[in-house]
Amino acid sequence: MKDELRELYKYRELLYMITYRDIKVRYKQSIMGFLWAILMPILIVMSGIVVRYAYAVVAHAPLKTGDIASVAIKAVPWAFIVSSIRFSCNSLTGNRELVTKIYFPKEIFPMAAVLACLFDFFVAYAALVVFLFFIKVGVTIYLLWIPVLLATMILLCVGIGTIVSAVSLFFRDVKYIVEVFLTYGIFFTPVFYDVRMFGDRGKWLLLNPVAPLLEGLSDCIVRHESPDLHWYLYSLIFSLITFFSGFVLFKDLEPAFAESI
Amino acid sequence: MSDVALRMEHIYKKFRKGEIYNSLRDFLPAMTGKMFQGQELNATDKREFWALQDISFEVKRGESLGIIGRNGAGKSTALKILSRIMKPTKGRMIVNGRLSALIEVTAGFHPDLTGMENIFLHGTILGMNKREIQSKLDQIIAFSGLDEFIDTPVKRYSSGMFARLGFSVAAHVNADVLVVDEVLSVGDYVFQQRCMERIRSVIQAGTTVLFVSHNLKSVTEICQRAILLEHGKIVTIDSTDAVIREYLSAGDSPINPGEKKQVNISKVTVRDRVGEQSTFESGQKAWVDVEVTALEAVEKMAVVIWFKDETQYLIFHTSTERLGFAPFSLQPGGIYRCTFELDLNIAHGTFHLVTQVYRYDIQKSYDRRDPAATIFIGSTTAVGGAVNCFPRLIESETVAASTESCKV
Repeated sequence: MKDELRELYKYRELLYMITYRDIKVRYKQSIMGFLWAILMPILIVMSGIVVRYAYAVVAHAPLKTGDIASVAIKAVPWAFIVSSIRFSCNSLTGNRELVTKIYFPKEIFPMAAVLACLFDFFVAYAALVVFLFFIKVGVTIYLLWIPVLLATMILLCVGIGTIVSAVSLFFRDVKYIVEVFLTYGIFFTPVFYDVRMFGDRGKWLLLNPVAPLLEGLSDCIVRHESPDLHWYLYSLIFSLITFFSGFVLFKDLEPAFAESI
Repeated sequence: MSDVALRMEHIYKKFRKGEIYNSLRDFLPAMTGKMFQGQELNATDKREFWALQDISFEVKRGESLGIIGRNGAGKSTALKILSRIMKPTKGRMIVNGRLSALIEVTAGFHPDLTGMENIFLHGTILGMNKREIQSKLDQIIAFSGLDEFIDTPVKRYSSGMFARLGFSVAAHVNADVLVVDEVLSVGDYVFQQRCMERIRSVIQAGTTVLFVSHNLKSVTEICQRAILLEHGKIVTIDSTDAVIREYLSAGDSPINPGEKKQVNISKVTVRDRVGEQSTFESGQKAWVDVEVTALEAVEKMAVVIWFKDETQYLIFHTSTERLGFAPFSLQPGGIYRCTFELDLNIAHGTFHLVTQVYRYDIQKSYDRRDPAATIFIGSTTAVGGAVNCFPRLIESETVAASTESCKV
């Protein structure tokens, strides 16, 4: 595994080039590219606001700006997770020519897919920062948690991405299964709601490794407090295991790619 | 470093013939069926075949080796194993130094990116770093001849331009071992010549080259040694000429496999005024006698003869029918004889005579001898190429540059 990681490092410029290609192609028409980056986050935020409004009506309480901010903060990373898994799932089958014709570490494809989505994520987050500035969430020391949480999220996405890309190369229906999970995943993830709304049963929701990360973002940006450290560690360990086992699985399957695609 | 650039030791590669389960929907029921009922997996996925069997060879540093063989002989599989795209089922392989493959040279291109962007993308895919590409950028663009289109998205390129750019990038990768697979079929004649030039200069620079092509002419031009592959096994490793001869004679035997021979070319002689001869002087007259014996009743046949040069390039072709003779028909045991008179206006070299019995209206060959004879042409005039145009220099003049014209 050490050798394989070293080789991946040797090919880092290729990772950069493939990412650049994916971004460049998507942003060829710059307006469309920008819209593409914020379209899904905006839709998720809007549906989140509708759901939050419904809670407020049922609870006979006014809809607070903090709730809207929390939905927005969690919706944008969720959009990133969904699109990076979706793109990396198709990244090998979509680059058939390169997989069968030229040798290089193929995990570059799912990784580049995640990185290209990360670019979209930053574009959307830039828009989000403007919004947060207007509703005056404020700047605190807790914002330093953001890079940590994001890094964990990227690790998790790359891990899942490498696994689904390799498996979907062998089984063509995997991408439909992944699509179903991505569509309904939002109901099992605290995006429209907060885990604390569930009281004690909330911990079952936190078993979803994405949940502590999203809750953590909301905690440190809106509520000005540190994320729950235990649950964060759970997510981190889960992400590391996914990343490394995904890498090993991918490398194990890689020699058969060219003849099975 | 040792002087071995590349070595394959007892390489085997197995492929599955039948369709394997490529969806979970099919795979999971099959697996559960196997687990719970002890039911065997579908018989189709047991049908395997060996694409390569016991392939061992060695290429020295700076040597160029050709691989020839029919479609499906395992050439591309061998190259894919060499370039590490596929893993051998068994066996060991050593490559000393950086290996670069000129296979499908446009695989890394993205249609929406410009020529320039694609140079960087494709160059990186082939293992160059940014600085390396930057330093060779001018060379690459000049080689492709696509200077004015370099900022155009490659989707607007013609397929020839596309391939030219791909080859240009791939050909500028600094490699210790270069693998070339049938890429020279792209581009026009001029570009093909340039590619051959490039490969030759790469060889001269000391790069080891592995060359796969159906174009035997370029194999002879580039490679000192060659391998003949057949059904995944090495038939011969020898000098290129010997291997090509073997390849062609092996392919000769049955014209219509599975069919019984109906006529037989029973005799072919090439002679000069005196008698049977194989060495001629350029421009000399030669006679070719062909005798055809029928084993069954066959109608409307013609005798066709042609000359090929050493690289199997067809240089001359004629037949009894083309020369205005009526087709002949034979009863079993019947014999047909004909004689062609030829002026051998061929340049100096070795040429192979091929004879064939052919029926023009249904386009069927009955028998062929390839080669029926080999002749050697000597020439007193020093000419190159395939034909002798008997050149004479009748005027020659040197004009000194005048001072006035220099001013312009």
